[in-house]
Amino acid sequence: MEIAAGAELTAKKPRRISLWRGGMLVTSLVIALPVLVIIGSLFGDYSPAWEHLIETVLGDYVVNSLLLMLGVGAGTLLLGVSAAWLTAMCDFPGRRFFSWALLLPMAMPAYIIAYTYTGMLDYAGPVQSLLRDTFGWRYGDYWFPEIRSLGGAVCMLSLVLYPYTYLLVRVAFQEQSTAVLEASRSLGKTLPATFFRVALPLARPAIAAGVSLALMETLADYGTVSYFGVSAFTTGIFRTWYGLGELQTAAQLAAFLMLFVFILFILERQSRRRLRFYRTGTRQPPRRIVLRGWRAITAAGLASAILIAGFLLPASQLTVWVLQDPLRAAEPAFLQLAGNSFLLAAIAAACCLLLALFLGYGKRLFPGFAQTTANGVVSMGYAVPGTVIAVGVLIPFTWFDNVVDGWLRQTMGVSSGLLLSGTLGALVFAYVVRFLSVSLQTVESGLARIRPSIDESARSLGYAPLSLLQRIHIPMLRGSLLTALLLVFVDVLKELPTTLILRPFNFNTLAVRAHELASDERLADAALPALAIVLIGLLPVILLTRNLASDNAAS
Amino acid sequence: MLTTHHPRRSCSRLAVMFVVAVSAAVMSAGTVADTLNIYSARQEALIKPLLDRFSNETGVEVNLVTGSGDALITRLTREGRNSPADVLLTSDAGRLYRARQAGVLQPVSSDALTAAVPENLRSPDNLWYGLSVRARVLIIAPERVNTDELQDYEDLADPQWKGRICVRSSGNIYNQSLVAGMLAQKDRAQTQAWLDGFVRNFARPPQGGDRDQIKAVAAGQCDVALVNSYYFGAMLQSDNEEERRAAEQVELLWPNQSNRGVHINISGAGVIRASEQPDLARELIEFLVREDSQQWYAETNNEYPVRDSVSPSRLLQSWGDFKADDLDVSELGRLNAQAVMAMDRANWK
Repeated sequence: MEIAAGAELTAKKPRRISLWRGGMLVTSLVIALPVLVIIGSLFGDYSPAWEHLIETVLGDYVVNSLLLMLGVGAGTLLLGVSAAWLTAMCDFPGRRFFSWALLLPMAMPAYIIAYTYTGMLDYAGPVQSLLRDTFGWRYGDYWFPEIRSLGGAVCMLSLVLYPYTYLLVRVAFQEQSTAVLEASRSLGKTLPATFFRVALPLARPAIAAGVSLALMETLADYGTVSYFGVSAFTTGIFRTWYGLGELQTAAQLAAFLMLFVFILFILERQSRRRLRFYRTGTRQPPRRIVLRGWRAITAAGLASAILIAGFLLPASQLTVWVLQDPLRAAEPAFLQLAGNSFLLAAIAAACCLLLALFLGYGKRLFPGFAQTTANGVVSMGYAVPGTVIAVGVLIPFTWFDNVVDGWLRQTMGVSSGLLLSGTLGALVFAYVVRFLSVSLQTVESGLARIRPSIDESARSLGYAPLSLLQRIHIPMLRGSLLTALLLVFVDVLKELPTTLILRPFNFNTLAVRAHELASDERLADAALPALAIVLIGLLPVILLTRNLASDNAAS
Repeated sequence: MLTTHHPRRSCSRLAVMFVVAVSAAVMSAGTVADTLNIYSARQEALIKPLLDRFSNETGVEVNLVTGSGDALITRLTREGRNSPADVLLTSDAGRLYRARQAGVLQPVSSDALTAAVPENLRSPDNLWYGLSVRARVLIIAPERVNTDELQDYEDLADPQWKGRICVRSSGNIYNQSLVAGMLAQKDRAQTQAWLDGFVRNFARPPQGGDRDQIKAVAAGQCDVALVNSYYFGAMLQSDNEEERRAAEQVELLWPNQSNRGVHINISGAGVIRASEQPDLARELIEFLVREDSQQWYAETNNEYPVRDSVSPSRLLQSWGDFKADDLDVSELGRLNAQAVMAMDRANWK
């Protein structure tokens, strides 16, 4: 029997595999299309604007973006890893609360948190005014950190982006076996040594995934840097397009940005190519280190500080703005806006998850440079501003539409108009291009922790790849899959520029409304939709935490 | 195998084509009804009420997509002759100029339009028309600024203003068009010299929006700010007491009144080349320049009407009459890129 089954497996294998591989190739190509369109601009003409950019502002753009990356990298690493360690591995008063509450800042669009902090800390804002009134100071008499600066941008972005690292690393910590950590401690390592030498290195794929997501989002950010007057690379892209009227040059700048990210991506993968990080088979959750006394206070204090700075303060400022005139802020179409946002986010999150599973698992089935490269290319969309991706989607879609239309006009004398562009389908596709990276990295980092020997033994028992995925990997990956779903959902909820350009007529989302009002400098009016984004973003956060909690309780 | 496959495949392909063709025909038949599709760089809140009024009056259904002007022009260019859009609305003259260059507009003309919109606020080939006027004015702290020393934009390059000027980033379109307007009337070297001096006088690195500059003047961080007039108006009428108080502490100053006049920009509209109902589209634009609509612009958005016959709101009148630069606003679009380059060279962030 077994021999027969084995023979059948090998006989079937080639066709199935080529189908899977073929499917992966086609899917990757389609998703990569917008990115390739942008990259393609590198082969076009280089306008004289380049000379001007190099002579004047390009250096600033590059240096500021690198500094931003450095700062946000350090910030998200510090906040995310320490929050993950505290809630996953330690026990202190309020731990269960903090373990989900620390996700909340994620639902805050970066430019909104920037507006709220500026409202509070600006020279003309209440804090500094109070200081001046109290001490009789005038402008120039005292020093106060300038919120609208590179440092301010680093703080704002770190505060809303650390949850990526936190989520991914916490899952990784939770999956680390108690046995490994206890072995380390029983071998005489101190707790800090265990943390730095054992737990942290074991969580490396998750840390790398979390931080790189935060960095890509940083590179793509336009709202925060432009409000703070920081000349970052994205500022440069838009200034070149809008100011100089050079779409081609702007696309070339974006293409260089993508190449830079791609190289980082490959380098990071190569550097841990020989390292393997598997969780052990036991599903026993780690025994938590119980903190007491000042340690418990410090832990709770740290978690509270992060929560206050990343969520409570900005959310209160938004609430204050809403309450200034609640009637004017409310509008009849509000529920529809919320519904649109929710629906789009849910659909896009589901699409991204399925594709990530398909591509991530495919890479596991057929490891190799080609697959890594393909997954790298489809991940590029996350590092460029949404407007650029939107143009990348617009070009092939309208091309297709116009070719079909032209052919129909010629042969049958009828016009098909635009079939793809201007539809919600095109918008969801653009979201996939932009956010697939998020789900893919999450799924891949989850898969990386599953020992391949499990696959091998299951395959030798006659499981075909699909049923192996269904019966073994998906249950083991549950945490990662839910995380991927949540991250994309919240990202789409906040998404603005792609929606703006590609949406059909009369289609609005909360993010569009919040942005339009905020960019008209009507912060108080923008507060309600912004707050609604945060509240809707809460739903999946709660769902996820419940699921993970029951997971832990069950095991 | 292969030979048996082929006919079936081409059969199914034909079937797909047929379905596509029929549904397309049905769809295009469906859009013949009275609807106007609008791409707008003006935000929904600033234009939708007026469009709704048009719908109520005429029964024409108006569909709207808003977005940044350049992105919408790119969308129009790519959609080509199949674009569903009938009208493009923009919030500055530069985008209208670019839409014209991109070839996405078609000319429409009527006596109503030429009578209502002054010549320098519409394109000579009838491709677009200005709808409302925004002025870039100076906001000063009256107790710290001697108005004898400050009359023109040009004065702001003088070293006596060092550390006293607030302005937002040069990425802002109205800053760009101000410089473009200067380039149109002075030579490059003069403009560059002015920019260099002006940037040296900044009180702080450019940041925030126009309201932030007004607040900074009120709070004493700087003495002069360069802003669009409607932001000042909106702050004076704000529900937020702090904003109102800040605005009440400062004053508006009309620059260049004894020479070329204050720099103005426009919001405007043009009919899309792909539109199959240019007459209906023209009617909408005519509606937007009609006296009652123009009144609405002034009262709701604190903008100035393009029509001379319509007097601005009471608040705007309280700032006094002013002389506006009568430069052809197309020039602002033509010189926009040069302006940005000059600002880059002056290190205006």
